[in-house]
Amino acid sequence: MKSLAAQHHPLSSTEAQIAVLERSISDRIPAFASMLAKHQQYPLQADKVEILQMNIGKMCNQTCKHCHVDAGPDRKEIMTRNTMQQCIDVVARHGIAIVDITGGAPEMNPDFRWLVEQLAQLQVHVMVRCNLTIILANKKYHDLPLFYRDHRVEVIASLPFYTAERTDRQRGDGVFAQSIEALRRLNAVGYGVEGTGLLLNLVYNPAGAFLPPAQKELQRQYQKELFEKYQIRFNELYVITNMPISRYLEYLLASGNYEHYMQLLVQAFNPAAVKGVMCRNTISVDWQGYLYDCDFNQMLNIPVIPSQSRHIAQFDMQLLQHRPIAVHQHCYGCTAGAGSSCGGQIV
Amino acid sequence: MTNRPHYYHAEDLAKFGEISQFQAALAEKFFAYYGEVFQDGALSAREKSLIALAVAHAVQCPYCIDAYSTDAFSKGWSEAQMMEAVHVAAAIRGGASLVHGVQMMNKVKEISM
Repeated sequence: MKSLAAQHHPLSSTEAQIAVLERSISDRIPAFASMLAKHQQYPLQADKVEILQMNIGKMCNQTCKHCHVDAGPDRKEIMTRNTMQQCIDVVARHGIAIVDITGGAPEMNPDFRWLVEQLAQLQVHVMVRCNLTIILANKKYHDLPLFYRDHRVEVIASLPFYTAERTDRQRGDGVFAQSIEALRRLNAVGYGVEGTGLLLNLVYNPAGAFLPPAQKELQRQYQKELFEKYQIRFNELYVITNMPISRYLEYLLASGNYEHYMQLLVQAFNPAAVKGVMCRNTISVDWQGYLYDCDFNQMLNIPVIPSQSRHIAQFDMQLLQHRPIAVHQHCYGCTAGAGSSCGGQIV
Repeated sequence: MTNRPHYYHAEDLAKFGEISQFQAALAEKFFAYYGEVFQDGALSAREKSLIALAVAHAVQCPYCIDAYSTDAFSKGWSEAQMMEAVHVAAAIRGGASLVHGVQMMNKVKEISM
């Protein structure tokens, strides 16, 4: 499977995606901003910047059907060491406590390990969003579990379900078996094992046009199934809603589920989830150093509102903290039901 | 009604709440009760969803089948588990007919020489 970009698919353009989202605004799917206003929550304001989420490239060894990054082996965009250094400088200068590294498969960036080493020296809490199969993809990645352990990295690993069939349908043939092997290797160095302090959190997202279930109950089910069948341990399960953008948007449109899915998101709008959305304490930076409210806005090319601070080289904490947040129709994904953030459900 | 030649319409499921337009007090009580029933209790919300799926097939409600196919699948039940739940409904329905065969036999024996 190729990325939308490699297929020259119309939806590889962010303008085309935004046009689809805008066209469907109606009585049943009101503008997200008006929904916020109805609940006295517009404009949505950021709080302090506590997390820098770095997307260090679109290159990935997998081509998942729902990927909001449109990542894949055919994507070559990756962050340079120079841009990474600018991010590190910002983290050091402003005492940002958490750096969340994502991609693509971030480990495929040749400067990934250098970045983690620099951040570890700053005593920053580093999270890496790992697709698991990268650990087995090539000999040079086999020592990643040890590298993560030595730098006390929190590993957030994608495993959309605890059965092979449903996982492979979304992420490709054989991905489940490889993921299980990678989890065994992470467990073997202490990840997910009580008392080690090495955090291994899993990420569930629905393999289809439906909303995720309650996080705690599904976590119990994951723990039971993965331990009984494979003796795998992990700390927490984060349940994340799929955003109607990029490849997931393409799937929704191609399968005739788009309108229904948007209505599901709208019907599940939960004003209590708005307070905890991740954009309120996060700044997202792309492979070129541009700044966004979140990884999803990044993929739609919707920049942060303060125009004087739209690149890591111009990072201005005064302008960015307490900034108004740019919202669009995909934001319904973060406010549906119990809410959704990079750390799972919100309420 | 000319534009709605069928009895069932998928979009009517989303209008379920509108039954309150004709009788608000009872609808409010029903939906509060309904919401409470499906909370975690002695049975988990996940288990209740599978039961609801089986019952939906037993009462042959297309709205309930749509709703609880989505709900049970999203709560992590597999296709095989969901189909087994439907078979449970079918077995009970089939058994409910067949067990009346005893009544038929009784009656026939009563009236025959």
